[in-house]
Amino acid sequence: MNPCRSISAWLVASPIRGAALPGLVLAGAVLALGIPRYGWVNPYIQMVLVYIGINIILAGSLNLVNGYMGEFSVGHAGFMAVGAYTASVLTFKVFHLAGASWLFPVAIVAGGLAAAVCGLLVAIPSFRTRGDYLAIVTLAFLMIVKSVIENTSYVEGASGLFGMKRLTTLPWVYFWMVVTLWVIRNFIYSKYGRGMLAIREDELAADLMGVRTRRVKILVFMLSSFFAGVAGGLYAHYLQYISPRSFDILKSTDILIMVYLGGVASLGGSILGATLYQVLLEVLRPSTFNEAFQWLPAPLFQWLSDHVFNQLDIWRMLIMPLLLILVMLYRPRGILGLREWPLLVPERDRPGKRPSAGKGGGA
Amino acid sequence: MSPLLEACEVTHCFGGLCAVNRFSLRLEPGELVGLIGPNGAGKTTVFNLVTGVYRATRGSIRLNGTELVGRDPHRITALGIARTFQNIRLFKDLTVLDNVRIAHYAAMRYSPFEAVLRAGRYRAEERRVLQRSRELLAEFGLEACADEPAASLPYGQQRRLEIVRALATEPRLLLLDEPAAGMNPNEIGRLMDFIRQIRQSHALTILLIEHQMKLVMGLCERIQVLDFGATIAGGTPAEIQRHPKVLEAYLGVEEGA
Ligand SMILES: Nc1ncnc2c1ncn2[C@@H]1O[C@H](COP(=O)(O)OP(=O)(O)OP(=O)(O)O)[C@@H](O)[C@H]1O
Ligand SMILES: [Mg+2]
Repeated sequence: MNPCRSISAWLVASPIRGAALPGLVLAGAVLALGIPRYGWVNPYIQMVLVYIGINIILAGSLNLVNGYMGEFSVGHAGFMAVGAYTASVLTFKVFHLAGASWLFPVAIVAGGLAAAVCGLLVAIPSFRTRGDYLAIVTLAFLMIVKSVIENTSYVEGASGLFGMKRLTTLPWVYFWMVVTLWVIRNFIYSKYGRGMLAIREDELAADLMGVRTRRVKILVFMLSSFFAGVAGGLYAHYLQYISPRSFDILKSTDILIMVYLGGVASLGGSILGATLYQVLLEVLRPSTFNEAFQWLPAPLFQWLSDHVFNQLDIWRMLIMPLLLILVMLYRPRGILGLREWPLLVPERDRPGKRPSAGKGGGA
Repeated sequence: MSPLLEACEVTHCFGGLCAVNRFSLRLEPGELVGLIGPNGAGKTTVFNLVTGVYRATRGSIRLNGTELVGRDPHRITALGIARTFQNIRLFKDLTVLDNVRIAHYAAMRYSPFEAVLRAGRYRAEERRVLQRSRELLAEFGLEACADEPAASLPYGQQRRLEIVRALATEPRLLLLDEPAAGMNPNEIGRLMDFIRQIRQSHALTILLIEHQMKLVMGLCERIQVLDFGATIAGGTPAEIQRHPKVLEAYLGVEEGA
């Protein structure tokens, strides 16, 4: 059905299975290093690849909380903001002054850690609240982060921070993407990861089976926000401009779309969702449609061009949330919901035979 | 002999309603005791108090002398009490194998950092628990469906899996809440054999709630009867069957003995 899934299923069954995943990671590394150096693709595609990489980090990490643990956080952009500002202040105001931008990875990790501390703060209300109420808590967190930044003159408040060096490169994004996926995958297939799944299924039963539910929730929120912070740091040093508005509820919505489009509780789903989202975003640009519909009668084309195609940046704000609603209504678990690309499953956890009934989405 | 479990004058009220009222119970190691009573008598609430789901309003519950009141459920599980639920509460979307592996949470000793870095201890512990879980499933005839979602099992198998999952926490005391609910006489017979079997093989003390008199009378060495949250009688099955208070409490309630 799904080509990636079929290919990865084939790879897992093939004689090269042990080397398949490391091989793919290595091939990716070669591409990530080679593309910017030798210009194998044009700069525009390079930019899209960078965004896809950052999106995968964001979607994979949000999937921990929303997919695997079954909560509904809308605060992911807030963690991203914390990471972005922390990393930027470090490279721009601290390390830069010391003339040491090679400390970039340190700044990224620091951004992740700062975000993880915030994740801890959000995890505490999650002990007592679930569902809608926790969603509101995360929304409040997002708004608090935004107003704190707006009122902090050290980071230029609402007007935003710019002038960071463009330290984020394709190899760095690729590196962090692989680290994120590797760490999250290892977490999922550990006792803590299974505890997280048990909390989603039945929190009380999980507790009664010995799972330290509070501890697991803290771990999941901290891990999730750590990587959101990492993504924020990468984002800031690619765009070289961040403002409180870069991390508003729309940014959170984007990440939610990636997760729910690709599939909840599936890393393959997050990779797919993050990629599809970015491709969709690139397609929904005025030029795409202005070029594609030139064959229409001139008056009609002119009208469409003026009122629709050239307004797409505004329409997008409508289309994307609408897409989220449609996905959640008609395919609430997403394309790969609750299923994983076999390649991403550690050998020990691959079923002897595939479960007969894949329980996909469906309303 | 010191008791394994000792509940002393335990009271628990929901608002004005005292679902459990000055309830006391002593379980000696190795006993198989039944807890019966009409609907709403407070039996499930007793289980919830023992396992830490609710915190007793008054009274004390001790396991081998350790006070349980005020402890979190996972702590109490780690001390050696496991249970099943009146309405099956499996992790439905997860595989049968994972249901059993989750119950090993407390017994797996590695840190989150060892997990994400795939340290040696993580691998060894995962290997051990996978092996152990498969053995458990094989022991109880569930290995064929190890990779199926728990919800896909037939009802009787789900009840069985719930018991296996409870056993995976390596309890000393097993609490079974209406294990025979919804079963036909044939299945009840097999369930009785099953309970006898695990009691032997896992050296368990068992407290079970059941409405099916055939099972209670055939299996339990001792029975305690609850009505309106208070103990109204206690004794051997033979004694309970002719106890006037029990007959009164059950008047009008169907009795399948
Ligand atoms: N969470 C709760 N809040 C309020 N009342 C409750 C709660 N749980 C149980 N009760 C009440 O406490 C009483 C005892 O309930 P419990 O579930 O312990 O009965 P039971 O003996 O297990 O009955 P059954 O045989 O029907 O399972 C009932 O009157 C019930 O309505
Ligand atoms: Mg009950």
